[in-house]
This record gives sequence, structure tokens and C-alpha cells, in this order.
Amino acid sequence: MFNNGKELLEICNSENKKIHEVVLEKEKKATGRSIEDIRKLMRENLKTMVESSNYALNKKINSVSGLIGGEANKVKKYSQNNKTLCGDIINTAMARALSTSEVNASMGKIVAAPTAGASGILPSAILTTAEKFNLDEEEIINGLFTAAGIGEIVAKNATVSGAYGGCQAECGVGAAMASAAIVEMLGGSPETCLHASSIAIINILGLVCDPIAGLVEFPCALRNASGVINALTSADLALAGIESLIPFDEVIEAMYKVGKSLPDSLKETALGGLAATPTGECLKNKVL
Amino acid sequence: MKEYGVFDILGPIMIGPSSSHTAGATRLGKIARQIVGENFKKVTFLLHGSFAKTYKGHGTDRALVAGILGMDPSDERIRNSLEIAKEKKIEINFIETDLGYEHPNTVKIIFENKNKENFYIIGSSIGGGSILITNIDGTKVEFNGNLPTLILKYNDKKGSISKIGTILSSNDINIATMKVSREGQIATMVLEADSEIDENVLKEISSIEHVFYTKAVNPIE
Repeated sequence: MFNNGKELLEICNSENKKIHEVVLEKEKKATGRSIEDIRKLMRENLKTMVESSNYALNKKINSVSGLIGGEANKVKKYSQNNKTLCGDIINTAMARALSTSEVNASMGKIVAAPTAGASGILPSAILTTAEKFNLDEEEIINGLFTAAGIGEIVAKNATVSGAYGGCQAECGVGAAMASAAIVEMLGGSPETCLHASSIAIINILGLVCDPIAGLVEFPCALRNASGVINALTSADLALAGIESLIPFDEVIEAMYKVGKSLPDSLKETALGGLAATPTGECLKNKVL
Repeated sequence: MKEYGVFDILGPIMIGPSSSHTAGATRLGKIARQIVGENFKKVTFLLHGSFAKTYKGHGTDRALVAGILGMDPSDERIRNSLEIAKEKKIEINFIETDLGYEHPNTVKIIFENKNKENFYIIGSSIGGGSILITNIDGTKVEFNGNLPTLILKYNDKKGSISKIGTILSSNDINIATMKVSREGQIATMVLEADSEIDENVLKEISSIEHVFYTKAVNPIE
């Protein structure tokens, strides 16, 4: 059992195990379910993730309020028909994250990861990684357990709710989970996984939650797109050997404290940030 | 510190856009249906706080209606629930209101049957899809629907609780939590069990003298 990143690493190192193995064993102990049953449940999650990441790539769907829709399709077409600055990987990853966010905003089926608002980041990150490196379904599922382990630690020691911690706690934690998953899927050590997660959180520390009209649409979908890029680049930085000077557990604590010190107007209340701009107010009056 | 499992972090599989405004709302509606039964013609939703302000954009209206029609939070028909209710000739109304000192995401659901008799449930969506039922037709309660739940009303007489406990244990049902409150001579018990409470057990309990209301609510997705 582990309560924080330090304890997780100690178990991984003393038993010579990957993060996903330790997470699976913890789940088995806590629930009494077999490893096989737990993996089967995770496979159901993956199935929904694959569907939501692809659904809006080729067709335009609109959110319930009509504030967003069609963004995933635009990015997909743009990257297919143009020589882009960021290239295929980045553009495809953004398109997939936008797809899940659009499915979510149009009342389609998604997997909260860790929340519905941040649900686009992890699926896109693992699928994009698996595609580039030809990883199979079991390796992707391993990555999902790695991601869940990171999320468990954050939920236990801080928060994964925008209403308590701002967007850093949703899209930031989503990216931290995804970056650890990528690192482990690509053979990185547990230490490297936690460095990747730390870097991902550090990159967006303090990000506020200021949705227009209080709806999970704008800027949420865009922050899922930037969130997956945060996950990919943080994974690459960590795999290149860059370490977070501040240990993972302290980064999480800092995020929690920053979240608590953010005013309520910047925590999902739609009273500050973009939501409180003249245009934000105007859009709110139009859709509510 | 609360313990989390992998599926608390990755999950639920749900219809978007919001775990509290959509998934939680569906669960509230579904639990209300389990308590009230299926024999209703008209349902009025009194929406409070954030539910009142953002229900259209979050699809809270569709989610609540899906719930009272018996759908789960991952049901893709949630999107079309208003139309489905219309087909079933159930009249639906939404009223934005102030229910007083309640959680921001609270709804009072008033069911009306064909004889124009009313029955209401009040509940809140408290985050991440979790819910709390707080009032059943005037009786204050508090349960979250995660475990099989038994709701009983009886004329408060000595020994009632021990009789109920005996029936449960003889049917191999372990009591997880139990709350008893009393107004006048009428006691209300909300009991959460570790395993499902079936029709036969319910029948046995309702045959106890002084017990005049029994309802079992099974956990939902």
C-alpha cells in the first residue's frame, strides 16, 4: 500500500516492480477482485476512451449550448491537408483530446479521467503513444493503471476537483497522470514517471477554472488540447533525463495550496477569468 | 484521508458533460423512481442553486428525466430523454426555485399519479456523481444509494428494531449503517445493508406489527 509518491517509489524499488503492477496489487487487496477482473473492467474504460477520442474526428458535433463543436474535425483536416508546424503527432493528439471533450459537451459517453472536464487528455495521450510505438492493448491498459495510481495519490493528498483546486487540479492532474502512463509504456523507470508527472503539474501550476456560463465547454476543450501536449512533452523531457528539482509529493502539496489560495471566483463558479469578461457574460446570456 | 481505488480516478463511464450536473442528476432521478415506483403521470422538478442556473447547458434536465425513466448514467438515450418521456405521455415540468439552505445542486422531484396524488423526494448531487437523498415526502433522511438501502416507517414500539435486525440476520444480511428518527409516534428507519434486500425479506419485515411502510432501494451504477 502507498499513500504518496515516496512510498510508491519505495515499493517499486524494493520489489523491483513497475508502478502499474503495484497499483494493480493495491486494487486487488482493497477490493478482493482478481487481477483478471480488474483488467477486464479497465478494458471497458479503454473501449469507451477509444470511441470518444475518435468520434468527433470525422464529423462535426455540437455541444448542448452550441458554444463549441467541430474543433476536432478542423484540426484533423488541417493536419491532413497542410504541412503543419507541429507535425502529425501533436496535431493528432490535440484532435483526439478535442474529440473526447466535444463528445462530453454534447452528452456523449466518456470516461472521467480524473473528471469529465479533463476527460480528453489521458485517452489521447495513451492512444497517440501506442500508435507511434506499436504498443498492444495490454500495454495500453498497463498505462491506464499507472495513470490511475498517480491520480489516486493526488486525490488522496490534494484534490482533483476544479471547484476546490481550479483547472490545475483537473487538466493539470489529467496531464500528470497521462505523462506517467506514457513514460511507463515506453519503458521508463518509476522515478522517471514521477518526474514526468511533476513537470506536467509545474507547467500549469495555478491554472484557473473559469468556464463560460459555468458549462464544461469553453475553454475546457482547448485546455484538454493543451493538456495532452503538456503530457507528451513532459514525458519526453523526463525520458530525456530532466528531473524535477521539487519532489512529486511536494509539487502536489504546492498545487493543493495554490488551489486553496485561489479565490472562489476562479474555481468553477463562472464569476471570474474568461467567464467574467464582457464577451463571456454576453455568451452566457445568450446560451442560458 | 479517504482511500481511492483505480475506478474512482478512471471512471465512471458516463454521459457528459458534468459528473455532478449530469451523472449525479441521473442517479438522483433513478433513486427517486425506485422509491416512488413507476406509476406516475406527471413529474415536476424544482431546481435549486447551480442546478437552477445551468441545468439547460449541462443537460441536467435530460439527465433527471432519464433517471426517473430508469436509465443509468452511461445510457446514451439520456440525450433524448425529454422526447422519450413525451412518447410515454409523462408530463414534465422544470421550475427554477430557492429551496432554502440546501446544497447548490439540489432538486425536489414531485411525482403525481393518475389520481393526482403527490409524493416528493429531495436530493443533492454532491460531486463526482455522488448523491445524497435528504427528504422522502416530508421525512428527513440521509443516504447515498451506494449500498442496498431499506426505508421503514413504523409506530414506535419497544422491540421493533430487534425484530427487524433478527429478520435481516436470519436472511444472512449484514447491516452496514442504521439511522432511526422519530416524529410524534412515528419512527423512520434508514438502514444500509451489505447485500441486496429481496422481496421476501421485505415481505417478512412488512408483516411485523406496527410497520406500515417498507421500501428497498437497490444501489445504482
